[in-house]
Amino acid sequence: MSDETPNPEKDLSAQNLPGQRGEHGEEVRVQRGMFGANNGGDTSGYGGLVRSIRLPGPATRPYGGWFDEVADELEGALEEQGLLPENAIEKTVVDRGELTFHIEREHLVRVARTLRDDPALRFELCTGVSGVHYPGDKGRELHAVYHLRSLTHGRLIRLETSAPDTDPHLPSLVAVYPTNDWHERETYDFFGIVFDGHPALTRIMMPDDWQGHPQRKDYPLGGIAIEYKGAQIPAPDQRRSYS
Amino acid sequence: MSTSHASPRETTEGTVYTVTGGDWEEVVQSAAKADDERIIVNMGPQHPSTHGVLRLILEIDGETVTEARCGIGYLHTGIEKNLEYRTWTQGTTFVTRMDYLTSFYNETAYCLGVEKLLGITDQIPDRASVIRVLLMELNRLSSHLVCIATGGMELGATTIMIYGFRDREMILDLYELITGLRMNHAFIRPGGLAQDLPPGAVDAVREFVKTMKKNLPEYDKLATGNPIFKARMQDVGYLDLTGCMALGATGPILRSAGLPHDLRKTDPYCGYEDYDFEVPTADTCDSYGRFLVRLEEMRQSLRIVEQCLDRLEPGDVMVGDKKIAWPAQLALGVDGLGNSMDHIAKIMGTSMEALIHHFKLVTEGFRVPAGQAYAAVESPKGELGVHVVSDGGTRPFRVHFRDPSFTNLQAMAAMCEGGQVADVIVAVASIDPVMGGVDR
Repeated sequence: MSDETPNPEKDLSAQNLPGQRGEHGEEVRVQRGMFGANNGGDTSGYGGLVRSIRLPGPATRPYGGWFDEVADELEGALEEQGLLPENAIEKTVVDRGELTFHIEREHLVRVARTLRDDPALRFELCTGVSGVHYPGDKGRELHAVYHLRSLTHGRLIRLETSAPDTDPHLPSLVAVYPTNDWHERETYDFFGIVFDGHPALTRIMMPDDWQGHPQRKDYPLGGIAIEYKGAQIPAPDQRRSYS
Repeated sequence: MSTSHASPRETTEGTVYTVTGGDWEEVVQSAAKADDERIIVNMGPQHPSTHGVLRLILEIDGETVTEARCGIGYLHTGIEKNLEYRTWTQGTTFVTRMDYLTSFYNETAYCLGVEKLLGITDQIPDRASVIRVLLMELNRLSSHLVCIATGGMELGATTIMIYGFRDREMILDLYELITGLRMNHAFIRPGGLAQDLPPGAVDAVREFVKTMKKNLPEYDKLATGNPIFKARMQDVGYLDLTGCMALGATGPILRSAGLPHDLRKTDPYCGYEDYDFEVPTADTCDSYGRFLVRLEEMRQSLRIVEQCLDRLEPGDVMVGDKKIAWPAQLALGVDGLGNSMDHIAKIMGTSMEALIHHFKLVTEGFRVPAGQAYAAVESPKGELGVHVVSDGGTRPFRVHFRDPSFTNLQAMAAMCEGGQVADVIVAVASIDPVMGGVDR
């Protein structure tokens, strides 16, 4: 074998290693070791492994398919209203065949109204809001995710907006999509996100006098240990996690 | 009368009567004496006609409902939170219990979301997709049957209730034959199915289709042209297309307003684009229209079930990737459904690597690349959407269900305000909310 042929076993350049996402994307957490043993019990030799877990990063044009059309129309419509698109749209992510616009919270209502009313966009149906708590995403811990469906054009997009834990306020979309009434109450109940402008933001699932917001990552599951055939099975939140 | 069932109690908000059954006469008499016409009736959370633990708060003026509100959350079980402490595969065991009348839809929607995150949507074997469609359409039948049966019972039509539960029982028998359980199956798993159809299942489903084709026209004879039924249902629970779009109502409610929106047609999944069926609509926007839509949907579901049976080809029911596929087929043992003894013999006796692989996949689970995905299916109640987020671990970071019952129930106020108290029951029944799905 000549020297020019690279030996794949010894080629350690980054693109040949599995599972690389590179430096792009946003880091959500750092994983150490491989087996979830954090108290020195890992003797496998993998204990020193450090991996950065990243969410898909911003996409660059062209996005592909009808994504470009929607992005162009949205940016054009915002410009017509005297709002620079780059001020409202923090970034655009294309991942797994889905289009996500990350929107600055102060412009959320206007963007949603534009998406609903512009004839070329026409996202008439909002499927509600889903909260996600990323404690590691400093300064933007609380995310609210909206999925908008256009029945006219047969499209589905995602809006994502965020608020810091220290100022958990987002504008309410009830005026644009009245269906979000209960969905925002649910997200407030579970995550403590205050939707400013909501007509009656109260708890919906938990009792009115409940303390805390249960879906937040710092809220414990509160499971109880059980005994099965003589063995003690720890509570679900006390069991070993391999993540 | 010395022992009053409805003794009045004065509060700062006005007089409060606690009604415990059979004593409406007293309440009406006492209320008639009061100068204030306005009464607030608290219906539920324990009331047979509120579909589980739904609390309705009605402000009534005479017989007219002036304001209506829902109190929900009595069946909140924290399923979404619990999912974050289990592996991705264990998730199906939880989500199947959300809307317990549409278990297969919850499981399929969840699995479609996980499969999208894994990027294996195209690798799901055809046989698994066909069986998923088969189970989902059987599930549509059983869910609509409960809706029509309990809806009839709430009008006092007990015959239609008996008919509905009689036919649903046949479907539950099929579930039991195929999955081993009548409810809460956890049969559809990320990557495919827990196991293949058992011997005799195809014949049993064919037999059922034959019987059901004979039984379905009975609902027409009993109810569709029945003047009392029509008088109670027509123009009750009115919600037009504008209202549906604003309130996010989907499913039979939207289709009763004339829009043939059905995700099976507009955004197909599991190969629905290859099936021949129609999306029924009505233009009455009322409870009667929703009843007609559901009845016709059951006929269409039977058509799809038949097509599934013709389409079934032998093959795998789990994705080929052994890093995701559950390592064992299940088998019926002396203590119920469990790992097949052949598989146990193989991993314990002959292959150390297979044992390690089995152990790792079952205890640790598989890793799902970081990111988020949304998958939606057309459940009998409307758009059932799942938002799944992964942080690259073996457990979901966040799973959110957009349950159609939850969203549709918001329309209750719009449907009931300005109508009669007795019509509230009809309107709520036409929404077909299941509290397991609403509260999760």
